Amino acid sequence: MQKQAIFQSRLLPYALVAPQLAIVLIFFYWPALQAVIQSFLLQDAFGLSTTFVWFENYVELFKDAAYFEAIVRTFLFSFAIAVSSLSFALLLAVMADKPLRGSMLYRTLLIWPYAVAPPVVGVLWIFMLHPSLGVLSRYLRNMGVDWNPLLDGDQAAALIILAAAWKQISYNFLFFLAGLQAIPKSVFEAAAIDGARPMRRFWTVTFPLLSPTIFFLLVVNIVYAFFDTFGIIDTMTRGGPGTSTVTLVYKVYSDGLLGGNLGSSAAQSVILMVMVIVLTGIQFRFVERKVTY
Amino acid sequence: MALRHFGAAAAIALTVGLSASPALAVTEIQWWHAMTGANNDVIVKLATDFNASQSDYKVIPTYKGNYPDTMNAGIAAFRAGNAPHIMQVFEVGTATMMAATGAVKPVYKLMADAGEKFDPKIYLPAITGYYSTSKGEMLSFPFNSSSTVMWVNLDELKKANVEIPKTWPETFEAAKKLKAAGHDTCGFSGSWITWVNLEQLSAWHNVPLASKANGLDGFDTVLEFNGPLQVKHLETLVELQKTKTYDYAGRTNTGEGRFTSGECPIYLTSSAFFGNVKAQAKFNFTAVPMPYYPDVKGAPQNSIIGGASLWVMGGKSAEEYKGVAKFLTFLSDTDRQVYIHKASGYLPITKAAYAKAKEEGFYKDQPYLETPLLELTNKEPTENSRGLRLGNMVQLRDVWSEEIEQALAGKKTAKQALDAAVERGNTMLRQFEKTAVK
Repeated sequence: MQKQAIFQSRLLPYALVAPQLAIVLIFFYWPALQAVIQSFLLQDAFGLSTTFVWFENYVELFKDAAYFEAIVRTFLFSFAIAVSSLSFALLLAVMADKPLRGSMLYRTLLIWPYAVAPPVVGVLWIFMLHPSLGVLSRYLRNMGVDWNPLLDGDQAAALIILAAAWKQISYNFLFFLAGLQAIPKSVFEAAAIDGARPMRRFWTVTFPLLSPTIFFLLVVNIVYAFFDTFGIIDTMTRGGPGTSTVTLVYKVYSDGLLGGNLGSSAAQSVILMVMVIVLTGIQFRFVERKVTY
Repeated sequence: MALRHFGAAAAIALTVGLSASPALAVTEIQWWHAMTGANNDVIVKLATDFNASQSDYKVIPTYKGNYPDTMNAGIAAFRAGNAPHIMQVFEVGTATMMAATGAVKPVYKLMADAGEKFDPKIYLPAITGYYSTSKGEMLSFPFNSSSTVMWVNLDELKKANVEIPKTWPETFEAAKKLKAAGHDTCGFSGSWITWVNLEQLSAWHNVPLASKANGLDGFDTVLEFNGPLQVKHLETLVELQKTKTYDYAGRTNTGEGRFTSGECPIYLTSSAFFGNVKAQAKFNFTAVPMPYYPDVKGAPQNSIIGGASLWVMGGKSAEEYKGVAKFLTFLSDTDRQVYIHKASGYLPITKAAYAKAKEEGFYKDQPYLETPLLELTNKEPTENSRGLRLGNMVQLRDVWSEEIEQALAGKKTAKQALDAAVERGNTMLRQFEKTAVK
């Protein structure tokens, strides 16, 4: 396959990528630069008084033990969210990939939840599991479980992970299904003829052939868990009880947008950005080696 | 044919437009608010009535989302040089607005500059105190005010043979009896944990929440709510939480359904809960003043308000300010205040409007609508009960809630939790002090 395109004019390729570059510059690099600048400033909400404070915002953060707890918590949450939503989506995709009647219908239904906004997800789960409003919590109580995520930090954390993972399942499902359908059927048939049972076929044929998809989704899911979950946390627990559901991105949101403390919020978002860059780098450097394209 | 008519119409419109050019010079006044439903109707009616009452100014109300959204939108607009004239800001945003000297135009100054008749004495001091300096200068114009009250399910209390409690010890006893009578998941509860159990509790017992008159006299204020009264109160709640005689219902008002569903027969929250109670409760109910500790000398004092006020933004022309001032005078009118009170359930802000509503017998069948007023006007406000003005209040409340939750979950003692809340809060206040415009 020929990969290199041949352009007649030397300027044409630049002209073609220019709009894309402009968008990236304006909507990604410009705000990122703004965040870096803001993180060195101490400013009131209205921007009336601005003091340049060098690294004071960062120093304050690293003096705060709660910030380190939030870092550890964020990693635990992200890991739990990524693993649970990936494994469950894979299970659903493998089942939906079977030649069944009406498969189009339930494939579509499985994709739908992705269109739900994070705060709506939060509200939805609240209606099921809120200690007093929740439908499910009544059953849990009747079963003898002391279900109260308003005071029990572990339960609240489980609730956030559950809701955040649930939200991401549809997206993962979509990619897994496409990945599964791209695997040639003849490979399975050959394995079957060789006498491999379904579980063995899955682990030795499907899973390795799906590895590029899994790797891609792993990156996407971690970025999602890091950046996109504050809406769910805000509607469900507002970081509580105690600080047991305060993650890094929620702290950025609550300090900056709710508290008007822009300097600290900017410093936190810069740290968060660096973390995700490093994390993605590590993934591409080490995990990608195990991926067979 | 149709085209000819159109041409004629256009010609007429043009002449009318040209000849009516003085009318085009109407000064527009932008009013950003956070009211929905019936309260939004009230806002629209007020603007429409004002616009109809004169021809020089036009007030244009715009809904900007909930309280924090409206405030953030206003701040963002100000940074972009495009702020509205009037902005509705919830009470916890007061310090942030006040610290922004230059971004806002204090109401007392606005009225003086515009030559509008303005007597701060006609307003209820318990309400205006929150929005005034220690010298009594009104900084923002009170609009919708509420206070904390105790909602009571009369049917359930009767069934359990319990009198409506007046003091905290009576409330605890009542909750125990209610629990024994079948309310085993919740004897009593409440919303807005910090507002009810720290801020209002302190004011109601004339105990400081913070130094410098709770921050009204300066930003160099220090939190002081880890005193014996607040510690004792939290200790009792922690103890009752173990048996669910008291059951924590969250930081905001998401737990209010527990009252309307009948699960919690006693519930402390805002008087603005009235609309929901009336619509949803299938039982007889009332709202009574917050309980107090009888062993605290002078208790109960007076409660402090919740809700929002109208801030006038800075950097506008004298003509525009004149219109804003006229609009505020228009809002202060007695009949109009009575209308707002009746239509929204929020408090009237002038003494005359309160007297008139009383005279009309408005509180005869709905005594609970007077409860917040009785609390607010119970005694002349003191240093500790005039109001709160603490920077970063939204964040402060979250930090206080975090610590209280730790105590209720049994991870810290009440004293440890409140000490930590004070310490963490003070750090945030110092941070705020640094950024406040001097």
